[in-house]
Amino acid sequence: MHVVYPAVVAALLFSIGVYGVLARRNTILVLMSVELMLNAVNLNLVAFDVWLRDQLHGGQVLTLFVIVIAAAEVGIGLAIVLAVYRNRQSIDLDRLRELSEPTELSEPPSPNGAQPVATKVTTGGGPE
Amino acid sequence: MIVAAALIVLLPFVGAVAGLLGSRWPRGGSRTEENNARANRRAGWFAVGPAAGALVLTVWLAWQVSGAGGSADVFWAEFLPGSAEGTLTVIDTGAIPISVGLQVDGLSVLTAILVTVVATAVQVYSVGYLRGDSRFPSYSAFISLFTSAMLLVVFAADLLVLYVGWEIMGLCSYLLIGHWWEDRANSRAAVKAFLVTRLGDVAFLFGIFTLGFAAGSFRIDDVIAADISTGTLVLATMLLLGGVAGKSAQVPLHTWLPDAMAGPTPISALIHAATMVAAGIFIVARLFPVFPQPTLDVLGVLAAIGMLGAALAALAQDDLKRVLAYSTISQLAYMAAALSAGSPDAAIFHLISHGAFKALLFLCAGAVIHHVGSNLLSHMGGLRQAMPITFWTMTIGFAALMGLPPTSGFFSKDAVILAIEHSTSPIRLFLYGSALITVGVTGAYAIRAWLRTFFGEEHVHALAEPTPGTAHVFDGREAPRTMVWPLVLLAIPALLLGFIGVADMDWPSAAISLLVALLGAGIVYTTWRGAPHSDPARLLGPFRGPCEQAFYVDRVYAALIARPTLALARGVVRTDTHVVDGAVRGSGRLTLGLSSLARLSQNGNAQLYVTGLLAGVLLIAVGAVMLG
Repeated sequence: MHVVYPAVVAALLFSIGVYGVLARRNTILVLMSVELMLNAVNLNLVAFDVWLRDQLHGGQVLTLFVIVIAAAEVGIGLAIVLAVYRNRQSIDLDRLRELSEPTELSEPPSPNGAQPVATKVTTGGGPE
Repeated sequence: MIVAAALIVLLPFVGAVAGLLGSRWPRGGSRTEENNARANRRAGWFAVGPAAGALVLTVWLAWQVSGAGGSADVFWAEFLPGSAEGTLTVIDTGAIPISVGLQVDGLSVLTAILVTVVATAVQVYSVGYLRGDSRFPSYSAFISLFTSAMLLVVFAADLLVLYVGWEIMGLCSYLLIGHWWEDRANSRAAVKAFLVTRLGDVAFLFGIFTLGFAAGSFRIDDVIAADISTGTLVLATMLLLGGVAGKSAQVPLHTWLPDAMAGPTPISALIHAATMVAAGIFIVARLFPVFPQPTLDVLGVLAAIGMLGAALAALAQDDLKRVLAYSTISQLAYMAAALSAGSPDAAIFHLISHGAFKALLFLCAGAVIHHVGSNLLSHMGGLRQAMPITFWTMTIGFAALMGLPPTSGFFSKDAVILAIEHSTSPIRLFLYGSALITVGVTGAYAIRAWLRTFFGEEHVHALAEPTPGTAHVFDGREAPRTMVWPLVLLAIPALLLGFIGVADMDWPSAAISLLVALLGAGIVYTTWRGAPHSDPARLLGPFRGPCEQAFYVDRVYAALIARPTLALARGVVRTDTHVVDGAVRGSGRLTLGLSSLARLSQNGNAQLYVTGLLAGVLLIAVGAVMLG
């Protein structure tokens, strides 16, 4: 089998993964897309390992590493998703914008030195 | 002798320190009734003891310097020719050294006797006047400190040492006027006195510098002996005159003195009648040889305006203490007039006799106020029966103020008028006319205050309850013993002091001024006889309003100085908030506005960030391929 077939399949898989990461709003689907990208890489590693006849099979070894790490990553990722859902009743990525700059300009510091706290409306429920 | 002089200065100072620190020691904490009484008793001893000690030492000093002979151009040199001088240390300043030293001569001993006598009388009097005042210890300590400062001025041999005492007096005056600071008006009056005298003191300090640098020394003797050009002398003495006008309440810096009556009455007697206001006159007498004729003429014009204006203002006042305050301004102007006429002799004579009788008048007024519970003449009347001792002593005081024989005022005022008459000053006639008219007005306001206080119907206006912090309690009796004794003590010099000047009397001139005074008094008396219930001040007719307001000087100052200053201050505040702060805040706002463009990308959406990352990677990859 020519190496071009697995390479094309891997490229397709990777593209689907990129699309999912960039465009999906559901966090679980984003995690799944990340898995797709990882698996595309795995496919490439195995295919080129065979094609290049590597004596030490470094590609296959690295694939095993990637699988282990991907499992761990998904475990942590799902735990985070679960925690976010418990706190906010939502895992919509578009609404998890805590890290954005405050939208309205904060007031300039008042003359007496009191620094007004820049408040931001949080989406979903609060931590407690 | 110098040791004695140093002791005289230091004794009240030690008394002040002891009074401030030791009155409540060691049971200082709780302010119970019993603790207060004990502290007041102890503070009373701390106050009276040093003052009396200083008095005794001063008398001893006077005996030391006394003797016959000496040059006879000033009378203190005739009676008290001795002198001594001592320097503790010379402070090297790099330029002109300051010699910390004292000097004893006839003038300083004479003034010191006045200061210590009045201070002792006031300390004793205060024990009764402020009985039960919880701040009596600090009050009496400030009086001691004040006495010490005044004595330092009197004995100082160096202008800068003198200036130290001069400034401490200003501070004590501020503290004591504001003794009852719970009342906002009192603390305002204290601030006013402080600011107005400070204005003069700045000029005074620069006058000292000018004199000192011109003479190459700050020592008074060196300054007097130095050969200084007339231009420099005029400049320096004009500046000194600013301080003199401030401390001695001369036009145009006199406005603080009537308001200073907000302080307790003994303070008015001590500071604002007998001693502190005398410091200005004393300085001119001390430095008299350096005063050139132009400065003396300016002083004469100020004195002529001040004496008549203040006397007219005194005629219209309803507050007994303000009557006396304006009278003080007027009498101080007499001394200034004598100085400008070239006779420090007459000025000091009047200073001493005025110190005695004005302190007496103030202390009597305090007794009356203590008795009636009000400062207003319209609340007094018919007190002759209830307060016989006060009546007689105050009568002596008023007689001395009017210049009736045989009281001290008769002789000293005659000496002043004689000096004006014989002076060679170009403004002699103006000064003389003003002085004579003022004699008449003085008679009028003195007799008015006397009649309104002690005669007519008794309509005592007793306070239902003394306001907290005031000593005004009506008890329907003569004042307590500690208040009566100082009156009697001061009545003696007020009555008899003048006879030391009997040899230099000029009887025709004295007769003229006596006639004028009696004329003024007579007019008021007949007016009062016609209607004993109404105020004889109605004689002034349409001028009564301006006189009562002291010719609106306060308002003019408020309009010309206070309000523009406040407006300027507000302008500065506005500039600060809008221009200076505005620039700072504006730069902040500008930065924020510019950064908002950059912040558009930071919208919190992680996917957008990843997209950007990917686009960047693609860009780099494409670039690497294309260029590589």
